[in-house]
Amino acid sequence: MTDKTDIILIINGRAHAISVEPRKTLVDAIRDDCGQTGTHIGCEHGICGTCTIILDGDAVRSCLMFAVQADGRHIRTVEGLADGETLHPLQQAFITHHGLQCGFCTPGFLMLAVNALEHNPNIGDDELLDVLASNLCRCTGYQNIIKAVRAARDEMRGAKAT
Amino acid sequence: MARPVPESPEPMKPAAFRYYTPKTLAEAVAVLADVASDDGRILAGGQSLVPIMAFRLAKPTHLVDINGISELARVTVADGKLKIGACVRHAAFYQPVCDGPLGKLLATVVRSIAHHPIRTRGTFCGSVAHADPASEWCALVAMLDGEMVAQSKRGQRVIAAKDYFAGIMTTALDEDELLTEVRLPLLPADARVGFQEFSRRAGDFALGMAVVTYQVVGGKIATARVGIGGAEPSPRRIAEAEAALIGKPPGATAFDAAAVAAAAAIAPLEDFHTSADYRRDLVRAMTRRALDSAAV
Repeated sequence: MTDKTDIILIINGRAHAISVEPRKTLVDAIRDDCGQTGTHIGCEHGICGTCTIILDGDAVRSCLMFAVQADGRHIRTVEGLADGETLHPLQQAFITHHGLQCGFCTPGFLMLAVNALEHNPNIGDDELLDVLASNLCRCTGYQNIIKAVRAARDEMRGAKAT
Repeated sequence: MARPVPESPEPMKPAAFRYYTPKTLAEAVAVLADVASDDGRILAGGQSLVPIMAFRLAKPTHLVDINGISELARVTVADGKLKIGACVRHAAFYQPVCDGPLGKLLATVVRSIAHHPIRTRGTFCGSVAHADPASEWCALVAMLDGEMVAQSKRGQRVIAAKDYFAGIMTTALDEDELLTEVRLPLLPADARVGFQEFSRRAGDFALGMAVVTYQVVGGKIATARVGIGGAEPSPRRIAEAEAALIGKPPGATAFDAAAVAAAAAIAPLEDFHTSADYRRDLVRAMTRRALDSAAV
């Protein structure tokens, strides 16, 4: 029953060949087997959203998938957001608007919001609230996260228009 | 740079299982026939099963992952019905999947299901197979008298909604049956549709919900369906509420009467948060609001 399966996780464009038991969740594999610890583990049962990653273009909770299900698929995590020393506009906006305090939920919020903004650069405030309600933050009271994502949306939209 | 991998044994919350990845429906039901009696389960979106496994409330010995079966990932319209395959995810319904009121109703209801990252993985049929009392899709299926297509190695059968839901997380599916498709009747172009639910926080399990449709002919309600979910062990149509609507002009008087009838007809679940009286009143309010939202 503890037989391991060889799989490849493609994280931020880099292939990680690992060997896992089928019961290992995707987030555990990303962190422990691939060493990409930017993705955090919170509740481990799909409530808090801290482990949110982007799998083949969709935001998913990586505690609610088994790693074997992601074999050969493209995963984006918080480590892939910045371009060298240049932060992603959303990361910069989180700093500017104090969208974090302890930072534990931040990787999940960033991947959730980046995915929403990439799917719909013109996302309205109401839909944005619906998306951001997915994840838990115990520090900020959410207002600054909302401010940061709105600011990044406006900036990314402006950058695209020029 | 990757950080060093810790040497200590990693925590593993779900219990061990054997994992199967059939590529065809025939292969899937063949595997299921072999493993079902040994606590073999189907894994689709996993958004309910995996948390239950994380708590070890479920410790399936075998998991048959159907995500690789492309024939199950389709939504089609045929014979006046919308046919939703087992691997169609909630997010597929953000945009109407069919013309007319049914597509609009599905696109409304999906916005109340958990949160966006759950909707990208969880499936319509998975929700119907899981049969949580608070499932929005189950309430919709009950309201529309949907049909469940169950496939096993022994053959295929079609189960009507009234024969399908059998209590909290309990259905008429046999252990070796895979729910391959749910069929919903298309609604006529003049059908009005409404949905309302109440939960304490966005995305939480609803404490009560109402999903309704009706047609108006000559100023009076000619056909009506009222479905209630989240309040009883299984979702169902409430005949008393529908009877209160038929023949009446759509408006406050008829809607109030139907809402009061729905509240009186149910045998509410009670739990830590909600007494039966509270849930009854909630069902009254949700029914009234669903009928109101359908009227516009």
